[in-house]
This record gives sequence, structure tokens and C-alpha cells, in this order.
Amino acid sequence: MPVSTDPRDWGRRGFAALLLIGGLCSAPMLAVAEEAIPPGEPVVEATLPDPIEAPISEMEGTPSESDTLEAVAPAPAKDLASIAARLADRSFSVKEAAVAEVARSGDPRAAALLKALLAGDLQQRREDERLVLVTPAGPDWRLTDALTDEPLGEAAARDLKKITLNNRMRSALRSAIAGLTLNHPDAEVRLRAVQEMTGVSDDDVVAGLRARLAEEGDGGVRAALELALAIVDLADADATVRATAVDALAGRLEPEVRNRLAPLAAGDSDPEVRAAAADALQGIATRLKTYAAMETLFFGLSLGSVLVLAAIGLAITFGVMGVINMAHGELIMLGAYTTYLVQLAMPNAIEFSLLVAIPAAFLVSGSVGVLIERSVIRYLYGRPLETLLATFGISLILQQLVRTTISAQNVVVENPSWMSGSLVINPALSLTYNRLYVLIFALAVFAALLLILKRTALGLQVRAVSQNRAMARAMGVRSARVDALTFGLGSGIAGVAGVALSQLTNVGPNMGQAYIIDSFMVVVFGGVGNLWGTLVAGLTLGVANKLMEPWAGAVLAKILVLVFIIMFIQKRPRGLFPQRGRAADA
Amino acid sequence: MRRRTFLKTSLVGLGAAVALALSGTLTAAETIKVGILHSLSGTMAISETTLKDTMLMLIDEQNKKGGLLGKKLEPVVVDPASNWPLFAEKARELLEKEKVAAVFGCWTSVSRKSVLPVFEELNGLLFYPVQYEGEESSKNVFYTGAAPNQQAIPAVDYLMNDLGVERWVLAGTDYVYPRTTNKILEAYLKAKGVADADILINYTPFGHSDWQSIVAEIKKFGSAGKKTAVVSTINGDANVPFYKELGNQGISAEAIPVVAFSVGEEELSGIDTKPLVGHLAAWNYFMSVDDPANDAFIKTWHEFIKNPKRVTNDPMEAHYIGFNLWVKAVEKAGTTDPDKVGAAIIGLEVPNLTGGKAVMLPNHHITKPVLIGEIQGDGQFTVVWQTEAEVEGDAWSDFLEGSKDITADWTPPISCGNFNTVTKTCSGQNY
Repeated sequence: MPVSTDPRDWGRRGFAALLLIGGLCSAPMLAVAEEAIPPGEPVVEATLPDPIEAPISEMEGTPSESDTLEAVAPAPAKDLASIAARLADRSFSVKEAAVAEVARSGDPRAAALLKALLAGDLQQRREDERLVLVTPAGPDWRLTDALTDEPLGEAAARDLKKITLNNRMRSALRSAIAGLTLNHPDAEVRLRAVQEMTGVSDDDVVAGLRARLAEEGDGGVRAALELALAIVDLADADATVRATAVDALAGRLEPEVRNRLAPLAAGDSDPEVRAAAADALQGIATRLKTYAAMETLFFGLSLGSVLVLAAIGLAITFGVMGVINMAHGELIMLGAYTTYLVQLAMPNAIEFSLLVAIPAAFLVSGSVGVLIERSVIRYLYGRPLETLLATFGISLILQQLVRTTISAQNVVVENPSWMSGSLVINPALSLTYNRLYVLIFALAVFAALLLILKRTALGLQVRAVSQNRAMARAMGVRSARVDALTFGLGSGIAGVAGVALSQLTNVGPNMGQAYIIDSFMVVVFGGVGNLWGTLVAGLTLGVANKLMEPWAGAVLAKILVLVFIIMFIQKRPRGLFPQRGRAADA
Repeated sequence: MRRRTFLKTSLVGLGAAVALALSGTLTAAETIKVGILHSLSGTMAISETTLKDTMLMLIDEQNKKGGLLGKKLEPVVVDPASNWPLFAEKARELLEKEKVAAVFGCWTSVSRKSVLPVFEELNGLLFYPVQYEGEESSKNVFYTGAAPNQQAIPAVDYLMNDLGVERWVLAGTDYVYPRTTNKILEAYLKAKGVADADILINYTPFGHSDWQSIVAEIKKFGSAGKKTAVVSTINGDANVPFYKELGNQGISAEAIPVVAFSVGEEELSGIDTKPLVGHLAAWNYFMSVDDPANDAFIKTWHEFIKNPKRVTNDPMEAHYIGFNLWVKAVEKAGTTDPDKVGAAIIGLEVPNLTGGKAVMLPNHHITKPVLIGEIQGDGQFTVVWQTEAEVEGDAWSDFLEGSKDITADWTPPISCGNFNTVTKTCSGQNY
């Protein structure tokens, strides 16, 4: 990789990268803000009780609604209250039967009731066993009657009995709700209902879907309906219907499609259908392979970005200053704990907590770094073995400090909702948001660091001191101050890495130890003293690890990577991008 | 010269021995010492610190009731620091120097294996409170946690019969407990007619945090049209990023349920449980079990630890049972002598916290009910299935080639932890 040696060029490049990252950052952020909570999450409805009620009462008069309800429920509507009482039964089978009856009752309140049950908002008041809807009100809960909407005041959690669910009930609830909301005025809700019903070949459900398709106006919902019906048609008795369905499903990546096509390709009575199904499967397999490769690449880059984040602070302290800092992992840990403390301080603004935590972690870890440098490391320059032992001691002190002041247990760092879930590109490829943001963040931190080193006065002094201390001092650079600031900068970056890692892994007193080896590995592999080397090394190792993992397993993949690095260092002791010139030999 | 040194050392040794013996008799006259061997620092501190507190609470409660044999109980706490060789050293210290009457401790199997020779050499008693892989029965160890047939096998039965699972992912951390358990499960599944292609086995290192490709693989494995479940023997804090990744990749408990053998209330208190709702765990105790004994235990625990938010879990119940069994055995034997207590404890029965009884069996394991719970949004479990009666712990699995014919029985005439029922011989191996 040709790297320009002109510092101005580097700065320009770094700036361009920063701009690019800025653009990348804001685009998905906006997209996320719109659908902050991933689809399928029942909590959405739970927190907004009004919108559920309203659309359902609107629905009542529409002709399509009564049609499907009749199709699903030929039995006469029973009194909802008497059925609903059984939702709070102790036995799961009674509850499950009650769910089915509520769904069949044809009562307009049924969907809202079932949604509340699924979200855990439907509870029972202990004193009179009345079913109530709960909404949080401070430490207590505000109650409304589940059937009459009559406000019932507030109650503490111990006055209420939760209605427990199991997996069978949850899926029964989801399909019941899907059946009831197939004709919902909101296209989003309809889409979810259709997706829930995809793959179900129950006659009533299929009839409902066909009726819906006849009058569906929304393109997205139509496509979903056609998919669901095509899957049903694969089992049709008529070979031409089957052939059309196979055609319609060619190239679809949904696993359901694959599973239904496979038996057709293996043994359909009609040879043409059989051949078409085999073709379709072949095409799907090819596309899946491409997406699987893209997925592996993303996984690798994501693992690599974590390595880069962990190592980049070390690239400054070890790479530029030559200090073997065994406490680097603990500086990362301090950053992660800062995130935890920030979240404790602002429990109502978890969404923004990370934005506050980033500068806070930089300051905390940075000042601890300056403290370490001023109190210990500055007396040990030029004595690597002593530095190693001293910083190892510091790492133990920092661990024990956290253990005694906060807790020996891991702490909970919450993920803001925009960090949860994944960006679904198609059914075969989805990128998880937390990994995506950490990847972008790692590149942004890298660019920022490059900018500091190449475009600021501090950066110039850092480079000057690291290249030739005596000469720099002769030119009036206060080398002691520069040492402290450089170490502080490297430590601060470690703290920022801690914020990102707190979103991916456990935050506990030992978390730093997991990263110290990897960090040194990346810095040494990339070439000591070279930031670009660290970036390339981190990403390469990440991708290599993920390429090997499927066939070698996680344990062996890690070993192989380590062996590879040892061999590589034998061949090229100075890493991927060795420093050249007199500075390197000093 | 040589003789003189020998004389000198033996004199010094004698003096030390006398001093030790004297100090030993002095303290023994006043109290009965109970050793607590749990890591208070290092990776396992997360789980083991709670058990140390549980033991302190149980000893405290017993002293309030007047102690044992008219003497007060005195806890001796040591910290083996999650360091396996240190476990052996600390065990030696407890038995030789402190002369404890019994030791309650260890969590990981490797720590138990490390202290085992020490307990056998010095004839101490160890109560081991954690579910483990079996294939062991020592004269000096009482296993109050679950053997594989009290946790893993019933859980698989539940998945197979009640949820109709046909494809299996066996995911575990790479050490002895998951490897042995998965070996037993694999043999069991194959005996039930599950094909090789329908079993996926995966091991990851301790503290693994990058689960992307493994979860993606599980997702692919589970999209083949057959109902799939993950049987997880993933240990410790690696579970947090694992479940997070499952949630982020959109794998719900309804699609692919995960049944875990190492995730309990304590582990969940470190996680946001919303994405985990519906996933399963198999244990012999849940904090949510509605039983007067359990309510009283939880109340005492909260008062002792002075924090009403602390949870209780399965290994805590195991210590509760183990401690009560030991107390009862000492009362029955009228002494704390290990051999007499060891003989007296077999067949004793104490209530457990879920409304049943725990009986110490001749193979040094106990009877336990098996409960399957689903994780709820508040970090607790709802019991969705349980065995009708208590299950007897089986030291040697019936599903492994080497251990099928082996049984453990510490009552005469067999008095062996490794007895081959075909050749009618004791292997001679002590455990």
C-alpha cells in the first residue's frame, strides 16, 4: 500500500475520511430515528395505548373486517368479559384456549386486549381479581380497567399479579393478533400481520389473505401477500398453479421459500414443476452464497474495528512513545465504567448517554493516563522491563480499585434502542446496528487521531519528541509536558474505546485483560509507530479470523491467527509498515 | 552431619506439630470450624462471592439456633482467587492449619478436580454445590448440585416431547463440563434417533464476546424447516453478548429457543432481559417458586445481605441443602469426625426449597426435582415444566460407553465410587 510521506497529504486524507464518515454517520442515524424500535417489538404498542384503541374502533364498520371475522369465527360471539377472566388462569392450557376464544369473539376490544397481554401490560389486581391495563407512573402503576377503560387509580407492583406467558402462548398470541389486524388501516401493521401469517397453510388464514389481496392498495403489503399466497400455492393440486408459484418465488431469499421448494425439486409429480423448482433453488443458492460472503466480510470488519479501537490508544503509547503499557486494558475498562456511571446519572436519557459518555470517558481515562505517566512512567523511560512490571502492577491496582469501589460483579450498561436490532438488507443479509456503529466509530476515532497527530501543534511536538528527543528539546519543545500529554491522549483514546466496547461485551473489572494481548498483537503486526499499520493490521486480523472461524471453530481460529503473526514477525520483525529512516534506528 | 540435620529438622517438626495440635485442640474446644472455599477475586468472583455470603448466612442462622453439639460454628473464609492450583493450597490450609470440620466450596469442575487429592489425602469433607458433568464420586465429596441426569437429560426430553424439537445445536464453553455434558447429550440424542446432520456442536473460549458468526450459523442451521433449539452450556459472562447477539440478529425464543444450564437469576441480574424473554433454563430451583420455605429463605437472605434486590439461585439452594444435611449428620453421629459424619449422612433427608425432599444417596449425590423455566422481563423465571417427583442423581452416566456399567456406592459391602457392575470389581481409583 503506497503511503504518502508528505504530512500535509496525510492530513488532507484524514480530513476527507472524516467528512466521509460524517456523511455516513448522519445518514443511517436519521434512518434509525424514524424507526427507533425494531419491528415486531411489542413494547411500541404498550407505551402508546391510544393509537391501538382508535384504529380498532375505526375498523369496526368496514365491510372487509366483518367478512374475515366471519371466516375465522363462525361461532357466535360470547361475552368478552367472561372469556377474558380465564386469561388470568394459572394453567397455560386454559390461558391458551382463552386467547383463541378472545380472538374468535369478534369483539372490537379483542386485539387491544391480546396486544396488552403480549406486552405484559395486562395484569390482575390482587384484591378483586379484576383485569387491568397498567402504565408506569413513577414507581407505581396507573391502572385502567381492561374492558371498560374505567380509570382505577394507581397501585404498587405488589398489589398486582402478572399474567405469565410461555413460548407457545406468545406465538399463539402473535398469530391471533395477526389475524385480527390483517385489515388494520395502518399499512405497517398489516405488513407485520401478513409476515406473521406467511408459511401458515390453514384454510381460514389463506381465505383471509386472498380477501385482503383483492383490496390491498399498499405495494409493500401486496408483495408480502403475494409471497405468502405463492408459498401456499406450492402445495396446490393443480400443476399449473404450482408452476406459476415456483416462477413467482424464484430468487426469493426467505428460508421458508427454500424449505418449500426443496421437496418439489426432489419429487414433484409434474416433471416441469420439478425442473423449475430445481432451477429456482439453484438460483437462490448462488445468491445466498454471495450474501454469505458479504456477511462474513462484515463480521470480519466488525471484529477488526474492535481490535483497531482497542489497539489504537496503544499505538500512541507503545507505538509512538515506546512505553510498554500493561495497564492499557484497564484504561479501556475505566472508559466502560464511565459509560456505566453516566447512565446511572442520567437514567431517563439512555438514548443520549453515549454521546455524553464519549467525552467523559476520554477525560477520565486521559487524566488517569497523565497521572500514571507523571507519577510512575516518567522515572522509567528507557527501561522497558521495569516499565512493563510497573504498569502491570498499576493494572492490578486499577482492577482492584473498581472491584472494591463499584462491585466485583459485572455491571449493566444498557444499549440505547438505536444500537439494538439490525439493518435488514434482505432476508439473507442483515447488519446488526451495534456492530455497524462501532465500525463507523472506530474509523472516526482513527481519522480524528490522525488529524491530531498531523495537523495540530501537539501532534507536531509529539512526532518531534518521538523522533529525536534531544533535538526537539533543543528546539524549545517541553518534552516532559509533551510526554504527559501524549500518554494522556493514548489513554483517553483507550477510554473512548471502552465506551464502544461497553455496547458489545461485558463490563467488569477483568474486561481489560481480554484486550491487552490483542492490542499488542495488532500494534506489533501493523508496525510499531505507524497508525495506518494499526488500522490495516486490525481489520486484516479481524477478517482473517472470521474467514477461518466457520471451518476451524472459534478457538482454533484464534490460535491460527496467533501462529500466523509469530511467523510473520519472524520474517518481517518490524511489522507490516515499518518505520524507516534515522528515527527508526534511534 | 547428615544425622544432625535430620535430628534438628525432626525436632523442629515435632515442635511445630505439637504447637499445631495444641492450638487445634484449644479452638476446637470452643467452636466447630467450617471452611468456605470460594473465589472472592478473579473471573469466578462474580458467581462465587454470593455463595460465600450464603454460607455465612447459614452459619449465622445455625448459631442463632444454638450452634451444633452445644458449640458455636465458626466460619473460616479463604480466597483461592479463581486460581486452580491455589484452590488446592487453600484447601490444604483449611484442613491442616485450620482443622475445619467440613468445607463448602468450589464452582468450576477444574477447581474441584484440583482440591480432590487434598481432601482424599487429609480425609476432609467437601460439599460441592454446582451442577457438573458427573463421572466422579469421591468418598470425601458430597455433590449437592445436579448431575447430568438431573438437568441436561430432562431438559432435552422437554424440548423433544413438548416443543417438538428435531434439530439441535449444542453450544458450550471449551472446558471439561460442557464437553462431557455434550458428549452425553450427543449419545442420548443419537439413541433417540436424531441424525448426525441434525446436530451441530460448537465450542468457544471462556469470555468469548464476538458471537456474530456463530449466531449467524445457528440462524442458518435453524432455517431448514425443522424446529431447532440450542442447548447451551456456555458458562459465565460470555452469555451476555451471546444473548445480545441473538436479540440483535432477530432470533426470538419462539423461533429458536435456547435452553441454558449455566444461566440463573444471578447471571440475569447483570443483563437487560427484554431480548431474552422466553428463552429457557433448566435448574433444580428457581427464586420464583411459590413455596413457604423458599419465601422464608429469600426473606432471611435479604435481611442478611441488607439489599432487597439481591436474587437467590440454584447453587445457593444446593448449599442450603448441603449445610442442613451436614448439620443433621453431625447431630446424628454426635461428632464432626469425617468418617463418622460420612457414614451418618447417607440416607438422611432434609426439605429443599421447592416443597420437596433432598435425600443423600449412597453415591454421594442427592435427589432433586428438575424444573424448566422461561426467562421473564424482570429477570426471573416462570416454571413451565417440572418432573413429577425428585430425580436421583446418577454419578456415572448411563449413556456413555465407558461409564454405563459403573456405579458408585459408599455403603458396605461395595464402599466404592467406581464399581464395575459387570466385573464386580472396584477400579481401585478413589474417585
